[in-house]
Amino acid sequence: METALEFFNEQLIMIYLLIFTIILGFEVISKVPTVLHTPLMSGANAVSGVVIIGAILLVRQAEPTDYVQLSLGTFGVILGMVNVIGGFTVTDRMLEMFKKKKK
Amino acid sequence: MLIDTYINLSYLVGAVAFVWGLRLLSSPDTARKGNILAGIGMGIAIVATLVAPLTGADNNYLWIFGGFVIGGFAGWIAAKKIQMTAMPQMVSVFNGLGGACATVLAMAELIKYYDGMMQMSLGQLSIVLVTLLIGAVSFTGSMLAFGKLDGFIKDKHVILPGHTIVNLVLLIAVLVLAVILIVQGQTAGIVMAVIFLVLALIYGFSFVAPIGGADMPVVISLLNSFTGLSAAAAGLIYGNQIMLVGGILVGAAGTILTVLMCEAMNRSLMNVIIGGFGSAGASSSATDGDQVAKVATITDASIQMFYANSVMFVPGYGLAVAQAQKVLKELDDLLENNGVDVKYAIHPVAGRMPGHMNVLLAEADVPYPKLLDLDDANAALKDTDTVVIVGANDVVNPAALDDPGSPIYGMPVLEVWNAKNVIVLKRSMSPGYAGIQNPLFFHDKNRMLFGDAKDSIQQLVQEVKDM
Repeated sequence: METALEFFNEQLIMIYLLIFTIILGFEVISKVPTVLHTPLMSGANAVSGVVIIGAILLVRQAEPTDYVQLSLGTFGVILGMVNVIGGFTVTDRMLEMFKKKKK
Repeated sequence: MLIDTYINLSYLVGAVAFVWGLRLLSSPDTARKGNILAGIGMGIAIVATLVAPLTGADNNYLWIFGGFVIGGFAGWIAAKKIQMTAMPQMVSVFNGLGGACATVLAMAELIKYYDGMMQMSLGQLSIVLVTLLIGAVSFTGSMLAFGKLDGFIKDKHVILPGHTIVNLVLLIAVLVLAVILIVQGQTAGIVMAVIFLVLALIYGFSFVAPIGGADMPVVISLLNSFTGLSAAAAGLIYGNQIMLVGGILVGAAGTILTVLMCEAMNRSLMNVIIGGFGSAGASSSATDGDQVAKVATITDASIQMFYANSVMFVPGYGLAVAQAQKVLKELDDLLENNGVDVKYAIHPVAGRMPGHMNVLLAEADVPYPKLLDLDDANAALKDTDTVVIVGANDVVNPAALDDPGSPIYGMPVLEVWNAKNVIVLKRSMSPGYAGIQNPLFFHDKNRMLFGDAKDSIQQLVQEVKDM
């Protein structure tokens, strides 16, 4: 219990951010028309590639001779980058089609 | 110190871009801008992370840029080459990679921790384990979903007898091991951590295994939400705000879609996860054994459409499989030119991911106002002359309304039998993916047009042209 409280105090700002973002997320996205379900999912998917930031930090902080950390970090960068670039590109391709037919 | 302020400011801008981008993404007129805005936010965040000063860090930029090139190239090629019909698979793969990335990060932390290179508080250790667990489940779950959607893994290959119990045991084992790891701290050792990883990976696979067919949209949305949560958890490891914000937003988007999909099927999430359609009682309503479905020829079908005042197409997963969306649009144009009013009825869970049919029809340039959602379609069906069902099955099953023994009883469906005539385009009489017999096929108003959807529609186009 002691440690839990300590942790709560240490991470107070992050916990605030966590809770407010949850509320914000539901408010902002709540009304999605069917036509946008797939693009929203795939766009959100691309945003989840934000985890790449952790991978970049990992590689930057690794010792140049620590090949385990370097390889893991770089692997993480690759995975995250596929997710980011692939996700935003494919979403844009879909949305382009939606736009085209409006003309 | 000043540079730190700029970095933090950049993260703030990036986070706002995510929020605003997703907001724009949920409205048709602004969706494309929203996606681009979120992408810019991501770019800002990545650049800020690259240039942020880290005391005593060796940077290793070569490794990072190597990763950028490989990952960026692979992602770009995949996104450009993929067929629109294969979109659910693609989304699953990308989603799984995000989860894998979070898992890798958590594993790297654990290696450092058990090597004695760093210390962690209990809270930090718990967060690392949560990141690992959610990321791993999302990874193997998404990969299995990809395999199922692509068709190279069949449900029967991965469902064990008593699968619910297997899953429950696995879940308990994973959670117990997590508690042991937390209690033992550094003395647990890396081997225990690896066992935890392996169990988590197996659980992800096993968790998706019994879910199939019509339930795919639910599970894909759910996995999407998991990946977001794993990214958010990883954000807590690094104390990085933008990872937290981005991850939570994705978690919210995924959760909203999951709830929408469950509502569209009138089932609870628990029900979807525990009882796949296939195992729920496939035989319970196969009572139509003696009945004979009436068959239509291409000519019959084309006459029924050509001389109708109104035609409604009901697309389903079969449309995607046959890649028939463009030729369907051609038929639509021909009919419209002859004064037939053509509409499309889109069931929220038609296809294998949320909004699947909308994407396909958009690719074929079908105008948005021609697509009716469930309620509008049901209202319009009463005044429709001919309904043509292209590769849909469960979403037009009357058993959902009147057969309490049916596994899909209670699910809102398109009431196509209210129209004057129904034509079902189907390859054979075999029940759909869900393994549920469809009494619609034996309905008085219905005629079956057997054959591959694309071939059939092509022949219909030809017939209508010759009229």
